[in-house]
Amino acid sequence: MVKTESRRPGNSSPAGAVTGRTRGRRPPSSGPRPTGLTARQRAAIWVRRHHLAPYLLLIPATAVIAWLILWPAAQIGLFSFQNYGLMQIIGAQPTQWIGLGNYSQILHDPEFWLSLRITVLFSLVVVPLTLTVGTLVGLLLARLGRKMATFVSTSALLAWGTPAVSASVIFAWLTDPDGGIVDWSLSKLPSWLGGGPHWAEFSWQNSALPAYTVLTVLLVWMGFPFIAVTVLAGLRTIPAELHEAARIDGAGPWRSFWTVTFPLLRPVFMVLLMLSIIWDFGVFTQAFVITAAPGNRDEFNLGLYEYFKAFTQPPAYGMASAIAFILTLILLIITVGYVRASVKQGEVR
Amino acid sequence: MTTAQARLPVRPARRPGTAGKRARRALLNLAGLVVALVTLFPVLWMISTAFKPPTELFSLTPHPIPLHPTLDNFRHVIDGTGVTDSSNNPIPYWTFLRNSLFVTIVAVAVSSLLALLAAIALARFKFRFRTTYLIMLLIVQMLPQQALVIALYIDFRSLNLLDSLTGLIAVYTAFALPVTIWMLRSFAASVPRELEEAAAIDGAGPWTVFWRVLFPLVTPGLVATSVFAFIFAYNEFVFALTFLGVDTPRFTLPLFVQFFQGHSTSGTDWGAIMAASTLFTIPVLAFFLIIQRRLASGLVAGAVKG
Repeated sequence: MVKTESRRPGNSSPAGAVTGRTRGRRPPSSGPRPTGLTARQRAAIWVRRHHLAPYLLLIPATAVIAWLILWPAAQIGLFSFQNYGLMQIIGAQPTQWIGLGNYSQILHDPEFWLSLRITVLFSLVVVPLTLTVGTLVGLLLARLGRKMATFVSTSALLAWGTPAVSASVIFAWLTDPDGGIVDWSLSKLPSWLGGGPHWAEFSWQNSALPAYTVLTVLLVWMGFPFIAVTVLAGLRTIPAELHEAARIDGAGPWRSFWTVTFPLLRPVFMVLLMLSIIWDFGVFTQAFVITAAPGNRDEFNLGLYEYFKAFTQPPAYGMASAIAFILTLILLIITVGYVRASVKQGEVR
Repeated sequence: MTTAQARLPVRPARRPGTAGKRARRALLNLAGLVVALVTLFPVLWMISTAFKPPTELFSLTPHPIPLHPTLDNFRHVIDGTGVTDSSNNPIPYWTFLRNSLFVTIVAVAVSSLLALLAAIALARFKFRFRTTYLIMLLIVQMLPQQALVIALYIDFRSLNLLDSLTGLIAVYTAFALPVTIWMLRSFAASVPRELEEAAAIDGAGPWTVFWRVLFPLVTPGLVATSVFAFIFAYNEFVFALTFLGVDTPRFTLPLFVQFFQGHSTSGTDWGAIMAASTLFTIPVLAFFLIIQRRLASGLVAGAVKG
């Protein structure tokens, strides 16, 4: 299998490229070892004989990923068992292994449990909301006329394309107690809609629930376009006859969605669900801008809690690494589900 | 339209077929309009705020369109009185733009090159660990950056790469790679092998085959993946925040916008912040609009995970 592959004439291996035009066509392992070749040519032949071309091509990218992503991930694991702090990073004291010390300290820290609870609750709200809004907009896009569909999908694209920092800063301004449009509109709303003058100068940043409400709207706004476009693409793959048959059998849109659309698009929805969980569980930039600027510790999610353990004085890199390790582990577990969903969808081929 | 839902519209229809259809269409269009306007509102509000003078920002009745549009906010941002360096000199906007573009362009170029090599290996060769490698790429792009930043901060501190754009370039290259490889792989795999074989039969060596056949056909894919790498690096916040600290002259644009908002003293100057945010955001959105079609096809290919 492997042999036939790399002997194919169309093979674009750089090894062959080095040997040049004439030798590129020579079967690599025919006859005795050729003599009188330059070192480069001999190396090229050696590469071909051992089918090393793909590995050579992968080396640069793999080295960068290993150095800057995989090794740091391993280091997080190592640091989480050490007392890595200010004295250790400036080299004044050696690092010591302290076993599970960091972990037991975290598990006894009420702030950890608060941040974990915030993170989980937040994901439980945002993920279904984003998926629902995104799916509804996707279904709407499929039914709209061409011009209107282009208009809606273009505006969705703009929301999706807005950088996280800009989007967060915009939402901070929209909900600013002093001149923000949200407080103004809410104070003008009639009281039976929950509005009223008490909304004027309402501060959205000073406690967890309002701050995470803003964050929820922000993440749904940023997240639904991707869902909508993906669902739309999935809908296009469903033959129209299926929906027609369901309609003739008397199914309304609701039943038609749950009996035809959803089962057929289940793999797509699984991937979207996993991705949404991973993104919303690990949300950082938006949470940093919306909640952390005032620096309220009771508004930290897991990522912020970890980040500020490491980067506020005195730095506790070991403890932060332990939290980071827990965060990474949780995300890895979800990622396993995501990978399985992707494999099922036939993306890993 | 014979379903019960389609007959819901208020007016009783004389000819249920056409009138019901028309009403349904109108309702759908109305829904589309509402979705589009709600979606566009934050961006439009940002732009509108950027042109408002201070008196209008805090007026009792906010207007969607500035009554007395002004460029003062932009002038304020470009002159750089908002963010100063350690000796309190203003830093003009162009400094941050230059930093951002430099970091982004170098990172995109390097990661595209490395990704192209890896993508060819994954699309054109069968070898052991190929599936493992692909799954590794999927997993790697899901690792939380705010976790890895701790270890990278410690590593880069000893390598003297903090407070430098070189460190950012290295990190952006690495974190753009998994998605870029993943996307490029499907583009490279879609080039028919027969084309390369035909060229080889005509006497082209592998190097010629690569440059004359594979490379031109992969170029659209390379453009699409560069766009994603570009947007990732241009928008990135966590690493810039951690590595650059308070080294304001080296700030990239996202950090500048956040710093501006988070550190403004004596009342938040939202006009200037929105002007800064507009200057940062509009190029990205314009870019998105231009490449809309290609982007959509990239999305449909299911290639985007970021």
